[in-house]
Amino acid sequence: MNAGVKKMTGETLPMTLQAINIQAKRAQRKRKTLRLLQRLLTYAVLILLSLIFATPFLWLLSTSLKPPEQIFKLPPEWIPDPFTWSNYTKAVTAIPFFLYLKNTMYIAIFNVIASVISCSLVAYGFSMIRWPGRDVIFMVVVATLMIPYAVILIPTFIIFSKLGWVNTPNPLTIPALTGNAFFIFLLRQFYMSIPEDLSDAARIDGASELQIYWHIILRLSRPALAVVALFTFMWNWNDFLGPLVYLSKKETLTLAIGLYGFQSRAGTQWGPLMAAATIMVSPIVALFFVTQKTFIQGITLTGIKG
Amino acid sequence: MESSLSFRTPNSILIRTETGVRMASTALPLSPYPSRRMSPRTLRNLLTGLAFISPWILGFLAFTIYPISSAIYYSFTNYDIVTAPRFIGLENFRVIFTEDARFPTSVYNTFYYATLAIPLSLLVSLLVAMLLNLKVRGMAFFRTVFYLPSIVPDIASALLWSWILNTQFGLLNQTLKSLGLTPVSWLTNPAMTKPSLVLISLWTFGGSMVIFLAALQDIPQHLYEAAEIDGASALQKTLNITIPMITPTIFFNLVMGIIGATQYFTTAFVMLGAGPLDSARFYMFHLYVNAFRYFKMGYASALSLLLFIFVLTLTLILWRTSGRWVYYERGS
Repeated sequence: MNAGVKKMTGETLPMTLQAINIQAKRAQRKRKTLRLLQRLLTYAVLILLSLIFATPFLWLLSTSLKPPEQIFKLPPEWIPDPFTWSNYTKAVTAIPFFLYLKNTMYIAIFNVIASVISCSLVAYGFSMIRWPGRDVIFMVVVATLMIPYAVILIPTFIIFSKLGWVNTPNPLTIPALTGNAFFIFLLRQFYMSIPEDLSDAARIDGASELQIYWHIILRLSRPALAVVALFTFMWNWNDFLGPLVYLSKKETLTLAIGLYGFQSRAGTQWGPLMAAATIMVSPIVALFFVTQKTFIQGITLTGIKG
Repeated sequence: MESSLSFRTPNSILIRTETGVRMASTALPLSPYPSRRMSPRTLRNLLTGLAFISPWILGFLAFTIYPISSAIYYSFTNYDIVTAPRFIGLENFRVIFTEDARFPTSVYNTFYYATLAIPLSLLVSLLVAMLLNLKVRGMAFFRTVFYLPSIVPDIASALLWSWILNTQFGLLNQTLKSLGLTPVSWLTNPAMTKPSLVLISLWTFGGSMVIFLAALQDIPQHLYEAAEIDGASALQKTLNITIPMITPTIFFNLVMGIIGATQYFTTAFVMLGAGPLDSARFYMFHLYVNAFRYFKMGYASALSLLLFIFVLTLTLILWRTSGRWVYYERGS
């Protein structure tokens, strides 16, 4: 019996091993080519898709740099010949561009500063201090995220027009002082992750809540505050409906509304229009590239889509 | 505390909040005093807490509670801002449902847009996110390319797309021609305006894609490893692990999509106004025109209230039925 086993293994084992080996190698090779194929296919799809998605940007840039005659050339040409800046000068001089820029920047920067301060204060109250009813009220904050802007729009317009604030930036800036539910939510989540020992130790040392907020929490939450600042800036730079409703006098307009007016006057002057659109887009794109990490963090933390 | 720390993907906003809040409140120390009386310390904390959140309380009263209650009041009045509101009962609602021929048009257009744009962009963003999740090199690059369109200001993308979709000189029609296809009147044919707008909305799927990507990366790897040992195919893994694990994110993107699509405005407004044969008269456009061109504030308030009730009901229904298809991980 013993000998039989020995004999059997002695003869068959190397053979089976070899066969298994060959089979395994074949399977491995097959798997490798399959994986390579899958990889190639993935890249092909991704590259094709990103080309499609980049095309509008490239076309925008290309049109904005073309001389007028080339814009309407058929079939369309991609490379401007010669490169022309005149569309940009036309766009900037056809509308009081720098005035609109100043108005837009005022609203955006006011909102950034006001939101960072108000949202962080409110979030502190919802996370670092324990008080009865806190979490119930916080649920109310979250619930307000569901309210459509349309419902708020008309009555707030009536309030602001009674205050004489139509055609002033106030309706677009003052509300920021009261915080924004999205960012309060974001900052509260962030503060909840800060170890309580830190604030407790400070309290034992006799620090007031405001001191803890200012010296500890604000410093530790810089990345989250950057998200708030970034998205607030972007939203206000991009905002259309708000300025459309509140601003109609030329001196008060923002870039978005100025561009809208320019479009209705310029008609088919696609060159200057595309130049103006490029001017509107480029700060946001530049900001995105500089702060990419913060951006992506912000989206994944809160579900803000931009 | 622990569950609130795990807020990493946006699905948490809607759902894990509840557990987070519940956890946090059970963690509150029970007051040694029976109900009514508060210890001086609790009282002090209450006052400090309220002081910290006071900006929000003010905003909530001035920019949420007051507007909603006055919108309810205005909806029963005839109000042009200049003269005082005049109570007319249900007249506004009667006109909306029986006389205003543009109301059904705006509802139909919005519904058409939403039923096309929401599922399509969910599907596209999920598929692309799954592609990017295959651990491809240059992921950051592709993510950037797909995300960038979603941060372009609406006004700029409206101008850009007006040019691309231009019937005679537009890039899209020129491309179609060179491929031997017939050009399309994207923005002048009433039957094509809404599909064109859906097309534009698909360009900005990047936001939901990034959210999906984050959710996909949160799925524990060991689930896939276990499935591989059991010999599961790629399709089986997708259907039985990936999809169930990201249902909260699908739910989140769906609700956000509905809230966004019902208030769809800027792009269509800039590119088309009401559009040929009112084909781009969306609900929000109808509301805007009534409020800010005709100054029929009472009528527009009634419209806004109907929108609010609709969105609220739909969200609640989705929420209630979500238990059947949305899977929530227990604990963390």
